[in-house]
Amino acid sequence: MTVPVLSAQNIGKSYGSGANRFDALKGVSVDIRAGESVAIVGKSGSGKSTLMHLLALLDDPDSGALLVEGTDAKKLKGKEVNRLRNQDFGFVFQQFFLTANASVLENVVLPLKIAGVDPKERKARGMEALEQLELADKAKSKAMNLSGGQKQRAVIARALVNNPKVIFADEPTGNLDTATGAVVEDILFSLNKDKGITLIIVTHDIDLAARCDRQIFIRDGLEDVTRSPEAIAKPAGAHS
Amino acid sequence: MKFVDIIRTAIANSFRSKLRTGLTVIAIFIGAFTLTITSGIGTGVTSYINSQVSAIGAADVLTVTKADDGATAGDGPAPYDPEKATAISLGNGSRPGSTIQALTDDDLDTIEATSGILGVDPSVQVTPDYIVYDVSGKFELTVNAAATLTTADLASGEQLDNESATDQILLPTTYLDPLGFSTPESAIGQTVTIGIADFAGTQQQVPATIVGVQNETILGAGAGLNQPLTDRLRAVELSGTPAEAPQSYATATARFDLDASDEEITAIKADLADQGYASQTVADQIGSFETVINVIIGVLNAFAVIALIAAGFGIINTLLMSVQERTREIGLMKAMGMNGGRVYALFSTEAVFIGFLGSALGALVAVAVGSVVSNILATTVFENLPGLQVVQFAPSSIAVIIGIVMLIAFLAGTLPARAAARQNPIDALRYE
Repeated sequence: MTVPVLSAQNIGKSYGSGANRFDALKGVSVDIRAGESVAIVGKSGSGKSTLMHLLALLDDPDSGALLVEGTDAKKLKGKEVNRLRNQDFGFVFQQFFLTANASVLENVVLPLKIAGVDPKERKARGMEALEQLELADKAKSKAMNLSGGQKQRAVIARALVNNPKVIFADEPTGNLDTATGAVVEDILFSLNKDKGITLIIVTHDIDLAARCDRQIFIRDGLEDVTRSPEAIAKPAGAHS
Repeated sequence: MKFVDIIRTAIANSFRSKLRTGLTVIAIFIGAFTLTITSGIGTGVTSYINSQVSAIGAADVLTVTKADDGATAGDGPAPYDPEKATAISLGNGSRPGSTIQALTDDDLDTIEATSGILGVDPSVQVTPDYIVYDVSGKFELTVNAAATLTTADLASGEQLDNESATDQILLPTTYLDPLGFSTPESAIGQTVTIGIADFAGTQQQVPATIVGVQNETILGAGAGLNQPLTDRLRAVELSGTPAEAPQSYATATARFDLDASDEEITAIKADLADQGYASQTVADQIGSFETVINVIIGVLNAFAVIALIAAGFGIINTLLMSVQERTREIGLMKAMGMNGGRVYALFSTEAVFIGFLGSALGALVAVAVGSVVSNILATTVFENLPGLQVVQFAPSSIAVIIGIVMLIAFLAGTLPARAAARQNPIDALRYE
């Protein structure tokens, strides 16, 4: 067996203190292997986003351990964590987080700029990523002038530009209509299949979750093991 | 992120909100403009004074007066001392009504006996009644007693020569027209007649040769006389004086070794002070003059700095709003692996750039406006002071001003930049 890319071991996270203490995650163990696509499914407030943030090293767990390719994340220095997030991870967010009045290309090459890549190479790699997502003709447009689907494609291009090992997608289709959402889904899954990029999708959309190799259901901060793919097929009074 | 990219991004960011940046730049502009203008005035006035006194010939001279004996108005009048010389007016150029204790011949002997003093001469102030040339008519003649101590800024001719056997006079340009000379050159070598009253009040006439014509100066207006001419006029003034009348002088000039070090000069001055005499070198006199100007410039600069500090708060405000507005963007950059130090650098650079923009524009406009105003003033208000450019700009001081403003901007940017650098990527991304 190969070492998992990311391995969460009984991790927990709480916010606030005293009476306001809120346990967002109460101990969840997850192994994510290179090349698979995993859906983290749950209702809002279930702790699924917190789990993703912990897996993406955006936050530190209060309890349990997170291993990155076998190494405890606590032992990584800030610089290494930054390098990891910059070069090995790609992020796709529901709210896009594009800089509205900067050009699409500028938005896409932001991770390369942070990494300190030369402008010339930045441009070449940025255009390459945009071409993959058929957005090359919009490279010079301002981000705010794009449609929703184009914006999400630009965000995927940005996540892709560093050739990451893992892409984290937080409700990638949440702000899109069904048709556009389907296109974005296809793009993400083709990246997973063709390039072997590990895909971690946080969603409450059961149809999207069903397309992933594996689903992890989160409920009230714990993994809900009673839910199986079969149960999704016939949801009994489940919210969609 | 590379340094060049940080600078480029910071500049691009500062132009993102043009109105807000623009208003902050205006605030800095006002401060930098004021600072540049005041420093320009300082440079202009100082360089004018320096040109007026640049060629001081008498670096080995102390002007000695009797020190104030400490009887101030608050202490009531000092007891009468029959041995003490009477008070004497400082004469031309001093505050009206101001007097100091006169120096007597005894005092001169005491001063001369002081170690380090090579010789002492009483400063003789002669008061001629009039000057006349040819058929010009008679005009009042003011004498600049300090003329032989300084090297005149000549329009034509030569400096006064104290060793010469001839009686020489140096006329200011303002005397040319009334006396009937069309150009400074035409006056050189001509003989004018000076009228002066003797002790009995009878006017006598003394001829003098014009050796030079002097541009008007701020240091004592009036004609310069060489020593032989002064002596001759003095002799006329004193003729008929009762023999027992004691001689008294307002000031005396004491010479010391030209090579004397600063310490030696200080020692001589201290020695004289112990004996009850106040003494000043020419440098001291100019120094006190420059001190006054420096104080005025300093006050003006203080106002400019206050304006800049106010502008600094403008920068803090602008950047805090900018940090707030870009919370998500900062969060995203941090999520993508940008460290806090770089985020800090990004916002600090933006502050410094805003500071640079304001100060460079302010300095540039100040130079343009200052030069135009200075040229206009030179031909109107200061027409009678040739060579005075009120506002002059030294590139080094402009660079210093821009540097200081950028430093203030950097300090102002510290607070917002820290706020940005400390943001937690998750909180920032969740921020609505």
